[in-house]
Amino acid sequence: MKTISNTRIVVVGNGMVGYKFCEKLLSRKKDGQDFTITVFGEEPRAAYDRVHLSEFFAGKTADDLSMAGAEWYAENGIRLFLSDPVVDIDRDEKLVRSHHGHIVYYDYLVMATGSGAFVPSIPGVEKDGVFVYRTIEDLELIQAYARKARRGAVLGGGLLGLEAAKALLDLGLEEAHVVEFAPRLMPRQIDDAGSRMLQSQLESLGLQIHLNKSTQEIKGDDRIEGMQFADNSFLDVDMLVISAGIRPRDEVAKIAGLETHPRGGIVVNNQLQTSDPSIFAIGECALAHHMIYGLIAPGYEMADVVATMLTGGEKEFLPYDMSTKLKLIGTDVASFGDPFVEEPACRTIRYENKAKGIYKRINVSTDGKTLLGGILVGEAEQYNMLLQTCKNKTILPPDSEDLILGSRGGEEAGAGVMSLPDDALICSCEAVTKGMICHEVGENGHHTVYALKKCCKAGTGCGGCIPMVKDLIAGVMKEKGVYVRNVVCEHFDYSRQELLDLVKMNGLRTYGAVLDHHGKGDGCEVCKPLVSSILASLWNENILEKDRAVAQDSNDRYLANIQKGGTYSVVPRIPGGEITPEKLIVIGQVAQKYNLYTKITGGQRIDLFGAHLGDLPDIWEELIDAGFESGHAYGKSLRTVKSCVGSTWCRFGVQDSVSFAIEVEDRYKGLRSPHKLKSAVSGCVRECAEAQSKDFGIIATDKGWNLFVCGNGGAKPQHAQLLAGDVDKETCIRLIDRFLMFYIKTADPLTRTATWLNKMEGGMNYLKAVVVDDVLGIAQELERDMQNLIDVYKCEWREVVESPELRKRFTHFVNTPIKDPSITFAEMRDQKRATEWV
Amino acid sequence: METITDTINAVTWHMACNVDDIPEDGGGCAFIGGRQIAIYNFTRRGEWYATDNQCPHRQQMALSRGMIGSQAEEPKVACPFHKKTFSLQTGQCLNDDEYRINTFPVMVKENRVYIGL
Repeated sequence: MKTISNTRIVVVGNGMVGYKFCEKLLSRKKDGQDFTITVFGEEPRAAYDRVHLSEFFAGKTADDLSMAGAEWYAENGIRLFLSDPVVDIDRDEKLVRSHHGHIVYYDYLVMATGSGAFVPSIPGVEKDGVFVYRTIEDLELIQAYARKARRGAVLGGGLLGLEAAKALLDLGLEEAHVVEFAPRLMPRQIDDAGSRMLQSQLESLGLQIHLNKSTQEIKGDDRIEGMQFADNSFLDVDMLVISAGIRPRDEVAKIAGLETHPRGGIVVNNQLQTSDPSIFAIGECALAHHMIYGLIAPGYEMADVVATMLTGGEKEFLPYDMSTKLKLIGTDVASFGDPFVEEPACRTIRYENKAKGIYKRINVSTDGKTLLGGILVGEAEQYNMLLQTCKNKTILPPDSEDLILGSRGGEEAGAGVMSLPDDALICSCEAVTKGMICHEVGENGHHTVYALKKCCKAGTGCGGCIPMVKDLIAGVMKEKGVYVRNVVCEHFDYSRQELLDLVKMNGLRTYGAVLDHHGKGDGCEVCKPLVSSILASLWNENILEKDRAVAQDSNDRYLANIQKGGTYSVVPRIPGGEITPEKLIVIGQVAQKYNLYTKITGGQRIDLFGAHLGDLPDIWEELIDAGFESGHAYGKSLRTVKSCVGSTWCRFGVQDSVSFAIEVEDRYKGLRSPHKLKSAVSGCVRECAEAQSKDFGIIATDKGWNLFVCGNGGAKPQHAQLLAGDVDKETCIRLIDRFLMFYIKTADPLTRTATWLNKMEGGMNYLKAVVVDDVLGIAQELERDMQNLIDVYKCEWREVVESPELRKRFTHFVNTPIKDPSITFAEMRDQKRATEWV
Repeated sequence: METITDTINAVTWHMACNVDDIPEDGGGCAFIGGRQIAIYNFTRRGEWYATDNQCPHRQQMALSRGMIGSQAEEPKVACPFHKKTFSLQTGQCLNDDEYRINTFPVMVKENRVYIGL
């Protein structure tokens, strides 16, 4: 394709594909090529991730979903007009005119207008309370209306419709219905049996599914009150979300006289040119190979085809594989290749497990040699492998059912990801092949997912390929003879567990000694905190004495949490969340005196923010005088043991949870571990202390206590599991001793107990066998080691306050007593806050 | 503040602190002519280094509180905030090409630490 020195390109539409086109064009631009790019978008915000739109209801903000901010366009010299759709194209003059009257000339025009929601012409669709599910604005409207609604329905049982239905439940509606015209859910992706399995999974979550329903009218005066169906049934609802498919946005193309299809879509050839060769169409507005590609990966591929051609390359858009895998409301659903081909054109193998909600189907060629397609519901771990096997026409093993059932005896079915050909597409969003990834790993030394994302963009789109990318990294490393050991860093050729044993055996007590005996080089920010944590877990000596202060991570170094701006926050220990009025007054007085922002934490404590480094010892001196101790909020250590008020006050409580929480917190305070430890004690089964979200949680029963372990909140919440039931206090404590010590000795660095358990071979059964049944015969040793740590516990802040030597390190400057003059605060709700960083 | 002018190398040496004001294998911050300078006593290597105290990533005055160490042979410091690491020799950020800090010569004489500005 001809390129001239300065090519004027106008992009009509700023959705995901329009954005991707700009990105690809910039990255493919060669020296000497110069583009003036102008983008018009109809929506008020720059392109955002519509694929993950539902996450808006799960707390993601418009910013989180954004593909690139306005500054990205500015930095790259792209003129971006938002809330300003193109309304007219003059193909003779080669110019576009926008809603706001901007006129821009083009050499090439790229239509990326996407699609809108298809709204069927049912009487009553215009009523209040009827919505579509397409943009952030739509979601905001739905969110607002849902506050006063009780029963909601979604019209359409496809992928987006089901997500919308889940969103209605999440928004607090009492009933959420799905109404589908076809006899099954997701009719384009799965078959009847798969739909039945999916339906039972969704119903167990509270969705009500209505199939074979043709909606005749939407009833109600001004606002929707119900849906009337052709079979004379009626559904009482007060809001409706329409998700009945998409309609390509081809209005402007029509006005401009471009060829469009009667049922929608701008007709394009294999080069994605419309009937006017200077005008391209990409994404969901384009009709290529007689179809609309309503997925993101082919949209990105189209963007790449046009970007390649406009920068002088050659590329065609070929019929694109429409295989998909998604997690729908917690249920995996996938289909690939030809999912619907029937016997005798193939051999079909089906597996169904109603108890577990799993349905799998594969279609194998009649000669049994290749995979034609398939469907996975409820469990889709094998999706990537199956898809590649299907696409690359890999010869199947003789027992092809092993592909979905796993091999029963003998080795894993299939030869794994390393057996794929080099041109197998691993990341379909960014068109990265196995060969490209292996090259980056093997030749260019990119050994992490992060590095690969940076160098070849693999895994930056939907992220579905990341497990395969990880397998490829491990595979290439193994092929190169690199034994992938989980070593600490370049300075220690040991795993954390090995190093802990060595340090213990040799009785080493400083970082320098450990580095001299077992390491090389000068250490770093990875091994220093790790060794410091091991030393504290083994000997429990003051972490700032000897050479240990400079080997501590940011927070441990000054026994406080570093915050924006360089000030620190202070958290005194308040065991079990119980505090006297006198102590509350002291906290208030200290906060007033040192001008600190105060906030109640999630762990039933009080956090004091904005303390200058130099003030920390004085603050603690006053707190300690009032009977407080360090809360270790800064350490990878026991934080807090939350409690509910229990049987002393609560009319439901069956045990004294506060007393037990205080006893547990006092026992393990100061205990340092591979990661932070949180705990809670609840006084009855109502579980107000949320003990099942903790590393170890205790719940009262009328016979004793249930001990749960390995839960956490955070980014990936996980419920704790029962380790022992109805045990008395002493047994409970003994089991916690063993459990914590076993975790401390065997976990990888910075691994919470939940992740530790997830990686443990044998899982919960093995953990029980070790901790409760003592199959390894180490229980006594674990208990003894724990007791030793408890016996030597001292409040580390008291030691600092009382030691002039340690105290003198708590200054910002070494040559003047003044405080850091660069620290500033802002005001908010009658307190101070950190100044926002730039 | 005590200064020594070194006309040959065109630097002025500013007395920053005593040797034992900076912990072994750690850092400290000196206030010199309105500037915040991070000084590192890299005992393991028998070297002293000085850099800006400000980390350019989020403009935080914190590098003197960071952990020091090495990457291959290169001595480095890690910012306590987000662990950007900087070469103590060149000031180049080692895990993000976009950033660089200033480094300064250090002279230790009669138990005193001087920084050349």
